[in-house]
Amino acid sequence: MNTDPIIWLTIFVLAIFVGIAVISKVSSTLHTPLMSGANAIHGVILVGAILVAGSAQSTPILILGLVAVILASINMVGGFVVTDRMLVMFSRPKRAIEKSGRRELDK
Amino acid sequence: MTPAWAQLGYLIAAVCFIVALKGLSSPKTARRGNLIGAAGALLACVIVFLASDIQHLLPILAAIAAGTAIGVLGAYRVQMTQMPQLVALFNGVGGGAAAIVAIIELTELSGGAAPVFDLIATAFTIVVGSVSFAGSVVTFLKLQELMTTRPVVFAGYPILYGLGLLAAVGFSVGLVLAPSLVFAVLLAVVGAGLGVLLVLPVGGADVPIVISLLNAFTGLTVAASGYLLENALLLVAGTLVGSAGTLLTRLMASAMGRSLINILFGALKGGSTLGATTLSDRPVKSAGPADVAILLAYAQRVIIIPGYGLAVAQAQHTLRQLVDLLQERGVQVDYAIHPVAGRMPGHMNVLLAEAQVPYEQLKEMDEIDPEFKQADVALVVGANDVVNPAAETTPGAPIYGMPILHANQARQVVFMKRSMRPGFAGIENELLYEPTTTLLFGDAKDTMSKLLAELKALTV
Repeated sequence: MNTDPIIWLTIFVLAIFVGIAVISKVSSTLHTPLMSGANAIHGVILVGAILVAGSAQSTPILILGLVAVILASINMVGGFVVTDRMLVMFSRPKRAIEKSGRRELDK
Repeated sequence: MTPAWAQLGYLIAAVCFIVALKGLSSPKTARRGNLIGAAGALLACVIVFLASDIQHLLPILAAIAAGTAIGVLGAYRVQMTQMPQLVALFNGVGGGAAAIVAIIELTELSGGAAPVFDLIATAFTIVVGSVSFAGSVVTFLKLQELMTTRPVVFAGYPILYGLGLLAAVGFSVGLVLAPSLVFAVLLAVVGAGLGVLLVLPVGGADVPIVISLLNAFTGLTVAASGYLLENALLLVAGTLVGSAGTLLTRLMASAMGRSLINILFGALKGGSTLGATTLSDRPVKSAGPADVAILLAYAQRVIIIPGYGLAVAQAQHTLRQLVDLLQERGVQVDYAIHPVAGRMPGHMNVLLAEAQVPYEQLKEMDEIDPEFKQADVALVVGANDVVNPAAETTPGAPIYGMPILHANQARQVVFMKRSMRPGFAGIENELLYEPTTTLLFGDAKDTMSKLLAELKALTV
C-alpha cells in the first residue's frame, strides 16, 4: 500500500509551512471569516467519505458511509455559504455609500 | 490507483485552497478567496466520481443533496449573532465525518497485515475526530446558552482527564497491535469524552478560541485520513487547515491577551469562581433617555462601545441613525471595536457592517483607546466585559489579562443595559459603580428609539 511514507511526510511538512505562511498577516477584523473559510476547506473530507461509501461491501458499512457523506457535505457546503454571507456584509457598506453618492448627484 | 489526470486535478484543487486562505487574510480579496476555495472543493468532488470506481451512486448523490440542503438552509437561516455556534457545528460534523471514514477504512485494513503507519493514522483520526465532534457540540451549547457559560470544573476532573488520555493511548496501541472494530468504537467513545472534558472548563468569553482550536484538530484528522486513503488532496487540505488554524488560534488568543494554556486549564487552578455571588445592591446612578440625550447632544466627542447586547436587540440600525443625527450637530462620533466584541474576533465588524455603518467609523482598539481621555461621553451599548477594569486589577478574574477599552477615562460613561446582570464572562463590573457612570436601563432597541426621539426634539 503506502510504499513510501517519506513522500507523504514530505508533503505533510511542506503543507504545514504553507499554511502558516499564507495567513501570517491577517487583521483581527478577518479572524472570524478566515476561521469559517478554513472550516469549509476541511469539509473536503467529503471526497474521502464518497470514496469509502462508494466501495462499501455491506449494508451497515454503506449506511455508515452515507452518514459520513451527509455530515461532510453539511460541513463543506454550509461552511462556504456562511463564509460568503459574512464577507458580503464587509463589501456592502462601500456600495451603499456609492449609491447614496450617486443619488445626491442625481439631485 | 488514481489516474494521473485526476491527481493533477487534485493538485489544482489543493492550489485553490492555498489561494483561498491567502485571499481570506485580506479584506479586499476575502470574498473572491472564499469562492476560489469553493470552486476547488467542487472540482475535487467531480473528480472523485469520474476517477474512482464509485458504487451505490444514487444513495451517495442523495446523501450529498441532503447534506447540501441542510448546510445551505442552516447558513441562510442563521442570525448573524448566532453565527459562531453555526461554525462550531459545521466544524463538529466535519470531525465526525473524518472519524467515521477512518472506522470504515479500518474494516478494510483489518483483514491482513496492515502497515503500522496506517493503523496509527486510523487511531489518530478516530480519537481526534471524536474530540472535535463532541467538543464542538459543547461549545454550541455554551454559545447558545443552553448550558452555563461559566467554566465547569468538578472534583476529580484532572484525574478523569488523565485516565481519559491514558485510555486513548492504550486503546490506540491495542488497535495497532490487534486491529478490530471493538477498539475503534472504544476510541471513538473515549475521544468524545475527552472532547467534552476539554471544553467544559473554558469560560464563555474564551469559547470562540476553542472553536478555532477544534477547527485545527479537524484539519489534522482530515490530513490523517488523506494518508489512509492515499489521497494527496485530503492530506494537503487537512494540513493547511491544521497549521493555519493553529496559528489563527494563537493570534486570536493574543488579541485577547490570553495564553492558550490559561484558556484551556485556567479554571482548574481555581479562583475564577470570582463574582459568582457578589451581585450586590450597591447604589448606582441611573438616568432617563432625556438626560442622556442632552449629555450626548452637547458633547464634542463621543465614543460608542458596541457589544453583543446591541446586536441581540437588533438596535444597530437605530444606533446608526442616532450617530448620523449627532454628526449633523457637529459631534465627533466613532465606534470603538474591541477585538472580541460580539462573540469572537471580528464578529462585531460583521454585525455593524450588516447595519451599513461606514467602515471608516469603526476604529480598532489600539487606534481608539488613547482617545478616551479626550472623550466627553463613552456610550457603552450592550457591552460589559470589554470595558471591565477587573481585567487589569483583579488577577483572579477569568478575563484577567485581556486588553480592555479604557472607557473609564472618558469624562462621562453611559451604560445602556437591560439589567444589572453581569456579562458573558460572568463577573461583576466595577465601572458600573463609578461616580462618572450613568446607567440607562431597558431593552437596547427600545431605549435607543426613545433616545433618538429625545435627540430629535432637541435638534428641532
